[in-house]
Amino acid sequence: MLDSIIFYFFASVAILSAALMVTRRNAIHSAIFLITTLLATAGIFLQLRAEFIFIAQIILYVGGIMVLFVFVIMLVRLDVALHQIQFAKQKWVSLIVALVLFMQVTVMLWASRRLPGAGLPEAAPVDKLQPNSEALAHSLFGAYLLPFEIASVLLLVAMVGAVVMAKKRTEPK
Amino acid sequence: MMPIGHYLFLSLALFLIGTIGVITRRNVIIVLMSIELILNAVNINLVAFSRIFGDVAGQVFALFIIADAAAEAAVGLGIIIAFFRNRETILADEMDLLKW
Amino acid sequence: MSPALQGLLAFLQTWWVELVCGVVIVAVVPLIAGYVVLMERKLMADMQARLGPMRVGPHGLLQPIADAVKLLIKEDLIPEDADQFVFWLAPVVSMTAALTAMGAIYFGPSFHVARDINVGLLFVLGVSSLGLFGIVLGGWASNSHYSIIGAIRSTAQLVSYETAAGLALVSGVLLAGTLRIHAIVDAQKTDGVWYIFLAPIAFFIYVVASIAETNRAPFDLPEAESELVAGYMTEYSGFRWALYFLGEYANMIVVGSVATTLFLGGWLRPFPNVHWLNFLDLLPPLMVTAVGAYSISRAGKQPVRVQKQFMWGVGLACFAVALILAVPLLPGPLRILLPGLHGAFWFLLKVTGYIYLFMWLRFTLPRYRFDQLMHLGWYILIPLAIVNVFAVGIAMVLQSEYHWNRWIALVITTFVTLASALFLLHLHDKRVEAASTASPATTDSYAG
Repeated sequence: MLDSIIFYFFASVAILSAALMVTRRNAIHSAIFLITTLLATAGIFLQLRAEFIFIAQIILYVGGIMVLFVFVIMLVRLDVALHQIQFAKQKWVSLIVALVLFMQVTVMLWASRRLPGAGLPEAAPVDKLQPNSEALAHSLFGAYLLPFEIASVLLLVAMVGAVVMAKKRTEPK
Repeated sequence: MMPIGHYLFLSLALFLIGTIGVITRRNVIIVLMSIELILNAVNINLVAFSRIFGDVAGQVFALFIIADAAAEAAVGLGIIIAFFRNRETILADEMDLLKW
Repeated sequence: MSPALQGLLAFLQTWWVELVCGVVIVAVVPLIAGYVVLMERKLMADMQARLGPMRVGPHGLLQPIADAVKLLIKEDLIPEDADQFVFWLAPVVSMTAALTAMGAIYFGPSFHVARDINVGLLFVLGVSSLGLFGIVLGGWASNSHYSIIGAIRSTAQLVSYETAAGLALVSGVLLAGTLRIHAIVDAQKTDGVWYIFLAPIAFFIYVVASIAETNRAPFDLPEAESELVAGYMTEYSGFRWALYFLGEYANMIVVGSVATTLFLGGWLRPFPNVHWLNFLDLLPPLMVTAVGAYSISRAGKQPVRVQKQFMWGVGLACFAVALILAVPLLPGPLRILLPGLHGAFWFLLKVTGYIYLFMWLRFTLPRYRFDQLMHLGWYILIPLAIVNVFAVGIAMVLQSEYHWNRWIALVITTFVTLASALFLLHLHDKRVEAASTASPATTDSYAG
């Protein structure tokens, strides 16, 4: 029962802060609500016994990407944008489309409970993935070594690219 | 572990909120943040299925998505800064240099 | 009984130790942080040949209480046009991050909040790095130039030195083979040596990086008084400022605990596994008795009667603590308390020593300029940390695959790392010298 309390708590925090995030006028408030959404998602990962992804989410996403976002929001002048229209002209269309998609998938999930056969699968025993860091490390440095190396090259390229894009062009005198 | 449907529902809800944010907001920084939300929703899906099938590949994939999201956020924010330095605007409607 | 109540009782039955420790940490750490501030002021005074706070209470011991009362009754000022929500949130985030990070630390073999997290060390590192949101949001919400510049500088500094600290911890984790905090100290017990002797460069990098992480001198440019007024804390007064300050000192305790766990043997005594040195178990009560005896010997020389009584009180309190520490040493039913009590004593002693090192460096070294700080972090510490990870990795491979002696492998790789680092620094100095003599152009450190 503790499991379901934790899940419902983190899920409701995630959905609520996500909804708040896309509707705030002030970009810093949006960033704060995205931080709470990411922390709630990390809680969901922890509830799924994926401890390494939980801490990777906190260190990389919240401690890295969100700091980057907050810096850029501070560098960009906000006071002009605060008094203008926040939502684009197509907001009602997008809302209706999103609602339709939501109802479609919900109906599909609901209907699959009564399907003949297995329906939705049951959970595997939890100790197949424990100890979590060691299992992840075996996989990363074993079967998925090539994507791991490519990801490091990708991060290097992104770092160089971001520095080049954001550098001030010093005009030759 | 809750029934898998709960995690799929949560992932869907976050995905749709992120999509609404991408389509309807004018402030490009908030659009980028909504993209991060979409990637997060996908991560929840992956980790939930990894737990169901007992295969750690789902978590490895989620880790790669987190790394990729970091790279994309860095480059995207660099582009926004460069654009802001030239055009003094962060509203998506006003970034219309290619329109004729 | 309803199932909810039954579930609650079962939960309390398994987790009551951790809950009590959590309540103790949240209630006691602000008080301890206040007394660490007093310790710092007294030490600063001692190194500057003066006495420090002496008025409030005997020898100034009630000074933290007086400070706390003053800060609580101060007027709560919020700058005009400041974002109210974020202004309120920032000090709360700073303090929360530091206290939550304390949740994963084992302050002794049985005093902990979270029972053996699988990724314990990473958890402490990651959650304590969330404190920088308190800094950057606080600086932004204050709507003041000094605050924003101080916040950006502080955040840049924290982010740079976090990488170096993490890489230094990686070397220690390589030696321990696990991220779980209890298992790291157990590994040091099995190996019979503190990891500072096996990876001294990593310890040095972590000390420097953790000084920068907690915004302490000589890296305290963002909050130095002669620089940007008070940096990101400029507009905060009263209890909000107290929360920031306490968050900073709680962060100091956290980094001290991490360094103690990974490098200084946690709650182990010196030479933990060596049986013929078991008489070292008598050290805790002996040390406390020595402090008590010194206090009583100085009691006669105090000028005022209340100070004489105070020194006698301190001496007797020390003797009582020494008695509590000595009783489990006697064979009997109380012997099971021995690892817990002595472990907590050794842990607290080591963390206090680490914090004393921080304070000593604060009082003796001048402040780094911001570009020098960035240069040190990115150009010197991070490459050194990466090379150190290589060195420790190579030493571990030599030990496991080629069966070298662990000590020989680590000593050789440590020397090679140090030699290469010094050689590269020498080359860099020669190049800087050549560049500065070649073109005497004025270099603007703050441009770009």
